[in-house]
This record gives sequence, structure tokens and C-alpha cells, in this order.
Amino acid sequence: MTSFIIRRLCQSIVILILTSLIVFAGVYAIGDPIQILIPADATQAEIAQAVHSLGLDQPLYRQYLQFVSHTLHGDLGTSFVFNQPAIQLILQRLPATLELVCIAVVLALIIGLPLGLAAGLRPDSALDRGIMTGSILGFSLPSFWQGIMLVLIFSVTLGWLPSSGRGTLGTILGIHTSLATWDGIRHLILPALNLALFKIALITRLTRSGVRETMPLDYVKFARAKGLRESRVVYVHVLKNILIPIVTVVGMEFGSMIAFATVTETIFAWPGVGKLIIDSIMKLDRPVVVAYLLIVVTMFILLNLLVDIVYSFLDPRVRLGAAE
Amino acid sequence: MNTATPTLSVRNLRTWFHTRAGIVRAVDDVSFDVYPGEILGLVGESGSGKSITGFSILGLIDPPGRIDGGQILFKDVDLAALTREELRRLRGNRIAMVFQDPMMTLDPVFRIETQMVETILSHERCSGRAARARARDVLAAVGIPSPEERLKAYPHQLSGGMRQRVAIAIAMLHKPDLIIADEPTTALDVTIQAQILAQMQQLCADTGTAMVWVSHDLAVIAGLADRICVMYAGRIVESGPTDDILDRPRHPYTIGLIGSVPSNEQTGPRLYQIPGMAPSPLSLPAGCAFNPRCAHATERCRAEQPPLEALGPRTHRCFHPRTGDAS
Amino acid sequence: MKPAFLKNPGRETTFGQALQGVLDSRPATVAAIALLALVLAAVLAPWIAPQNPYDLASITILDGRMPPGSTGIYGDYYILGTDVQGRDMLSAMMYGLRTSLSVGVLTGLFAMSVGTTLGLCAAYFGGRVDTLVMRLVDLMLGFPAILVALMMLAVLGQGLDKVILALVAVQWAYFARAVRATAVVERRKEYMEAALCLGLSHRRALFSQLLPNCVPPVIVLAMIQIANAIAAEATLSFLGIGLPVTQPSLGLLIANGYQQMLAGLYWISVFPGVLLLIVVFAMNIVGDRIRDALNPRLQK
Repeated sequence: MTSFIIRRLCQSIVILILTSLIVFAGVYAIGDPIQILIPADATQAEIAQAVHSLGLDQPLYRQYLQFVSHTLHGDLGTSFVFNQPAIQLILQRLPATLELVCIAVVLALIIGLPLGLAAGLRPDSALDRGIMTGSILGFSLPSFWQGIMLVLIFSVTLGWLPSSGRGTLGTILGIHTSLATWDGIRHLILPALNLALFKIALITRLTRSGVRETMPLDYVKFARAKGLRESRVVYVHVLKNILIPIVTVVGMEFGSMIAFATVTETIFAWPGVGKLIIDSIMKLDRPVVVAYLLIVVTMFILLNLLVDIVYSFLDPRVRLGAAE
Repeated sequence: MNTATPTLSVRNLRTWFHTRAGIVRAVDDVSFDVYPGEILGLVGESGSGKSITGFSILGLIDPPGRIDGGQILFKDVDLAALTREELRRLRGNRIAMVFQDPMMTLDPVFRIETQMVETILSHERCSGRAARARARDVLAAVGIPSPEERLKAYPHQLSGGMRQRVAIAIAMLHKPDLIIADEPTTALDVTIQAQILAQMQQLCADTGTAMVWVSHDLAVIAGLADRICVMYAGRIVESGPTDDILDRPRHPYTIGLIGSVPSNEQTGPRLYQIPGMAPSPLSLPAGCAFNPRCAHATERCRAEQPPLEALGPRTHRCFHPRTGDAS
Repeated sequence: MKPAFLKNPGRETTFGQALQGVLDSRPATVAAIALLALVLAAVLAPWIAPQNPYDLASITILDGRMPPGSTGIYGDYYILGTDVQGRDMLSAMMYGLRTSLSVGVLTGLFAMSVGTTLGLCAAYFGGRVDTLVMRLVDLMLGFPAILVALMMLAVLGQGLDKVILALVAVQWAYFARAVRATAVVERRKEYMEAALCLGLSHRRALFSQLLPNCVPPVIVLAMIQIANAIAAEATLSFLGIGLPVTQPSLGLLIANGYQQMLAGLYWISVFPGVLLLIVVFAMNIVGDRIRDALNPRLQK
């Protein structure tokens, strides 16, 4: 078990190094670093000074080492637009995105699991077919279009929910969150739903196939032979067995949801990290873009690692190993 | 012949699978009785319908299969006519089942303790602590050392023999009147097999539990069962007391089965094998299902299905039953 | 003249099978016809569209914000309404579809070429080449597509070619993986042994022998990936980091119309959105059907 963790840790570090190399190469070697790291309106003297202080006149490998050491010290450059350290900007906005993603994951689970169970327990029924068709829609409609439709229906036509912005924040257990106020929750619903729709379709399908594969297995028959109530057979035995792979998938998707939040945040003007990077790309605020890429990729890799470890805890077969 | 009421009385059971390719008559007009304290052996090749018979008794047939006819009288109550909840109350309680492969029958993500306690709590009200204590006692009774530790373990941490003992323990939790054992020792080593056989025999003798032991291994059944039913292609082709059948088999298939069991007395170049293969349940031959493989088949065998004939404690389905010793 | 035994025997034309599969299913046939009609409309747009929305001389600014079915000042009939600057929505959508389809098809073609070549090489040469390519594929597929696209656009800048490049970077891995899987199986078949015995050069063996027999999964994948590319480009354009304003695709149209939608002028955003949906949906349905038709396991 520990050897497993160590192996995965090493793999993750390798990928992190690779990514840093790619980002470095993209900024310093391929792109014009002067353009990327120095504001366009600098004078010749300022450029020369910046070049020297940024070490752009040094050989490439030295620059890479400098880049790495700066990064490890938390210095990822300064934003042109805001004149703040890039990393500070990102860390400021990150909580908003994380809140959105967490709620979206919760929504995906509480909607997707029951739907998948209902479909799996009545295979080939009208309910099953209906749910499956619905899930295909969740997959194939581009996420930004889903968002627009949500706004059209719930904001413009019905006027029930606001179409942009984050509501008032409050504090629950010391965390600033929208969940503390009704206004905050109202603003949270549509964007979280938008982000969650794709995952709802995914979880529904996974649950359904999990149920269909598990129900004919011997231990389900045995559970019934013991005289257990059908509700216990399904909601305790079957559910726990299929939950393990589902939770794993959800955990891995968490990272990509942070990336997909860019679309949702743009539609709903949610003040998170996603909106920040789109704005930064458009305004050519490259240091922020570099910082975002590094941070998000790192989070993504770490999350995957975490999920792998959690999975090995959840499945007793992996955790304890076989006896014979 | 026992004059007491049989614990289980199966009458003309039909379990058919209604598939798109046709109707599969997995169990076709099967009847037998099992008396308290008695072990009935159900012998047959794979596909003979013996396991399905066992599942039918407990009502564990999944669609597209269903019980299409007959009665399953458990102490004069027809199981086939009960509601789902009534049947559930009997399962694991008055009638228990032991499956073939304990690795697949125990839920891999729950501890032994949980799986035993839930069986107890599904049928009676008692405290969790009392349930645990009972589980521990039963584990000890089936010969599992250090039952406390075993309770906390997960199925994959136990050896095959241990897991099967756990399955038997679960079956014994409520001291059932009937146990259906579906090839419980097939997946185990020979030595463990012998232990478990002896143990189960002892349990039945001590508690008066009736048992239906399903197996393809005639040698196992011979040493264990009081009476035997031989199944072929969904029907019982011969039945009777064990010794009687082994000494004086009537049906050619039974003779073939006996002949193909290796024994110390037989020497010689080759072990007898029944020629041909068991028929596919979707395309059974006309007439007697065994006729393509039978050396004594006549036109009548190919045209009509032989009816069940009873002679004392014995029954058989054959137009030309053999008489005399097994040869 | 290719010796007869070099052709993999027993395979009727893939195209025929695919076509038959589509015609067998009603939804797929409807989708295919719709798709064909739309492609035609897009290709012929400069000739059949009521107006050229990017020719400033032909737009009437005063006709802006008119709902569907209204008539303009000079008598122009706007069947789907006009946008803020008086452009006819129908024409804008046809030109937008043109752009979206071109980007999608170009992306699909490039991704297919790169991915197929790499997949074939991985399967053919095996060993180190195989491991290297497949590791790369796993890495690329492990990252969310949008992150990869963002990374590439951030580094390369914006523009039509950069967008296509970014999307190809995302998609080639799917092709490589699928082709490699098929090629590995085909590689072991006798006609490949025969080719090697005949001393065919690597290039000929790869492209004239191995490739034609790996085609079926590629066709299906191509269809679905083109749909994905169109949707992805729409997303990027909607975000503002996709195509430049001078070559609006459906995504950009939707983006431009979004603000108007909040004011109640839904048609500027919704109609291009519906069109996008129809295209993507139709492609997915047809692609799915072709996959089932070409799936050897389902053919039995």
C-alpha cells in the first residue's frame, strides 16, 4: 500500500516537472518572453532593465532554474493589469471557483445517483429510456449553450433567479461562502447547475450501468437468500459496491471541473479564477495566465493523486491485500 | 418409507425461461420429498436443471425465468403462492441456502460481522450486541478458530474453506428446517471438502434439519445422501434410496454415471464415459431426452417421452429400465 | 498491379456498410439528410443567402433589433430577425455555419492525419516508439480538453490558425489511440506478413496495406470529433478567445447576442444556438449509427 502511494507520488512529480517545462518552453522559448512578461508600453530603457532583472539575457537552462526557484518561492510574476503579484490574484479568486465546483459536485451526486438507480432498477422501461435519452442531451449540448438556455428560461422568461454575479457572502464555520445567505444561494443555483449538468449525465450513466452489472451477481442473490429486505439489498449492498468506482470518477473529474468553470464563470460573471484567466488572455496579461496554468495543472495532478489514494482506502480489497 | 410429513414436498415443478430464442424448460415436471433430518442428493451434469431447482424453491429465479407450474410445499405451505414479503420472512430463517463459490457470495466490501448480523436482524428484533454474540457462537460451532477475529475480517482475507464455513454458519443462524446446498464443496480442496461434508452431515443429524444437496459429483453424494434424485435435461430420470440406486440402477444414464466414477475396484485401460454430450436446453431431442446417447434406445424412445413410473421407494423414467446389477 | 492476396479478403466496402447502417435507422437518416442540407446551405451561402452580412454596404443599420418575421424599411424580409446592427440573422447564421464547419472539418482532418500516422507508427514499429507515443497520448487525454486549449492559445495567441492548432492538439490523441488499437490487431494478420516478405518498404507497408484496413474506426471517430471540434470552437469563440471578429462563427454570434438576450431580444443568440445544436446533434447521431454498423461484434 505504501509502495503504491510512493509510486504514484513519483509519477505525479514527473508530470509536474514536465508541465513546468512545457509552460516554461511556451513562455520563454517559443513565445517572445519580452512580449509576455513585459508590458507592451514599456520604453527601451525599461525593457533593457526588465530583461536584465528577469534574467532573459542568461542561457536558457539558467532561466529555467530561475523560473523553478521563483515558482517554488511563490513568485510567479506580476500582473500587468492589476499590478499585483499574479499568485495573489489567483488565490484571491480561487475560493469563489472552488465553492462553485464543490456545489456542482454535490448537485451532480444528489441528482445523478437517484436517476441512475431508477434507470438501472427498471431496465428497458420507459423510465430507463427516458433517463438515458436525457443523459445524452447532457453530454452533447455544449456547456455554454446549456448555460444560456438556463439563463433564458429561469432568468429572462420566468424571472426566478438572477443571471449573473455572486450574491452576498456570509460565514459558516469560519468560511466565507454564498451558502450563508439566501441571496447568495439564489446566485449560486444556476451557475452550479450549469457546471453540474455534464457530470449529472455522466453519473447517471455510470450508476445505471453499475446497477445493471451488479444486480445479477451472486452476492446479491445470496443477500436475498438470507432473507434481507430488498431495500437493504439495493441501497446497502449494491450501492456501496458501485459507489466506489463512481466516487473515484467524480474525484478525478473535480480537477477538470475547475477548468470547465471558465465557461460557467464567463456566462454568469462569477468572480472566480476562470473568469480571471479569460480576461487575462484577452488583455494579454500573460503573467497571470502563466500563474493560472501552473496552479491549475498542479491542483489537477494533486487531486488525481489524492483520489487514487482515497480509492485504495475505500476498497478493502486494495487496502488490506489478499490473505492467501 | 417415512410416514411423517415431509419438510419439503416439490410437486410437478416447472421453471421455464422465456427467452427471445425460445422457451428453455430448465426444470420440467420435477417432484420429490425431503423428510426431517434427511439428506436428499440431487445429481446431474451442468445444465440438467439441478441448481435452478434449488433456486426455484427459494424463489430466486430472475426474469426471463419464472415458475410456470407445480407446487413447492414447505410444511404444507405452497411457497410458489406466497407473497414476496412472506417468502422473504422464510428465507434465511426457516429455509436457508449455501451457494457454490463463497468468494462470489459474500459481499466483498462488508465485514463478516456485518453480513452475519444483518441476517439476524432481518428476522428478529434483538440488540446489536446480542446478534454479534450469536454470530460468534455459530462461527465457533462450525469449527472456525478464533471467531472474534474472523468477525472483523473481510471475505477476501479468509481462505476458501473458511469462507464456505462462514456461509454455512450464516445458513445455520436461525436453525432452519431446510437447507439447500448448491455444490458447496465443489470449489474447495479435497481435504477441506471432506471436513465440510462430515460437518454438515453431523449438523443435520444433530438438529433434525432436512437438506437438499445439489451436486454433479456422484461420489460425494454417494457418501452423504440418504436418497438420490438423478436429473437429466430438466427432469428426474431416477430416484430412490442411495444404496438401492447404487446397487441396482435402472436408468441407463444412472448406470453411465456410476460407471464413470473412478473406484478402487476397477482396473483397466479406460474409465467409462457416457458417449455424446448433454443436449442444449433450447433444442431437446424428441422423445426421451437421453435417447441419442443411450445404447438401448428404440423407436419408442425416440418418439415418446417416458412417463414417471413408481415401484416402491424407487421411481424412474424409462421405457427399458435395466434390471440386475450395475454393469 | 497489386497482387490479389495482399488485399485483406472478406471485407465489403466500408462506405457501403456505413451507408446501409445509416439508411437502416430512421433517426440517423433524418439526421443525415438534415446535415447534408445544412452543409449545402453553408457551402452555397455566398450565392443563396439573402444578404452578405459582412458587406457593410448591404446592411441597413436602422433595421436593427427587429424580431423574426418583420419587414425592414426598404422592404427586406427578415425571416429570423436582425441583430443589433441590422444584419439579417438567416444570412449571418449561414455564414457563421460556413466558418464553424470549416474549422470543424479542418481540425478533424488535421487531427486525423497526425493521430492516424502516429497511431500506425506506434503499432507498426512497436517497442520504444509505441511506449513513447502511447505515454504521450495518455498524458494528453488525462488533461481536460479546455485546459489544453487554453494553454495553447495563451502561448500562441489568437487567430483562426491558432485555434485550429489548439483543437488539433486536443483531438489527435483520440485518433492515435483508436488507430493504434486496430492497427495492433491488423498488424498480426497474414497480409501484413506477406507484405513484409515481399520486402515492401516501411512506408508502403504502412500506408498502402495497414492503413486501409484500419479505416472503419477512424471514420466514426472523425465524424464525432468534427462535431466536438465545432462545439469546442463555439465555446472558445463564445469566451472571446476563439476566432477573431472578422470571421464570426456560430459561437461568436451566440456570444454577441447574449447581452441582447437578457434584454428580451432572444433571437440573436438563440437561433444560432439552435443551429449549432442541430449540427452537433445530427453528427453525433449519424456517427453513432455508423459506429454500430461498422462494429464487427454487433454484426453477428
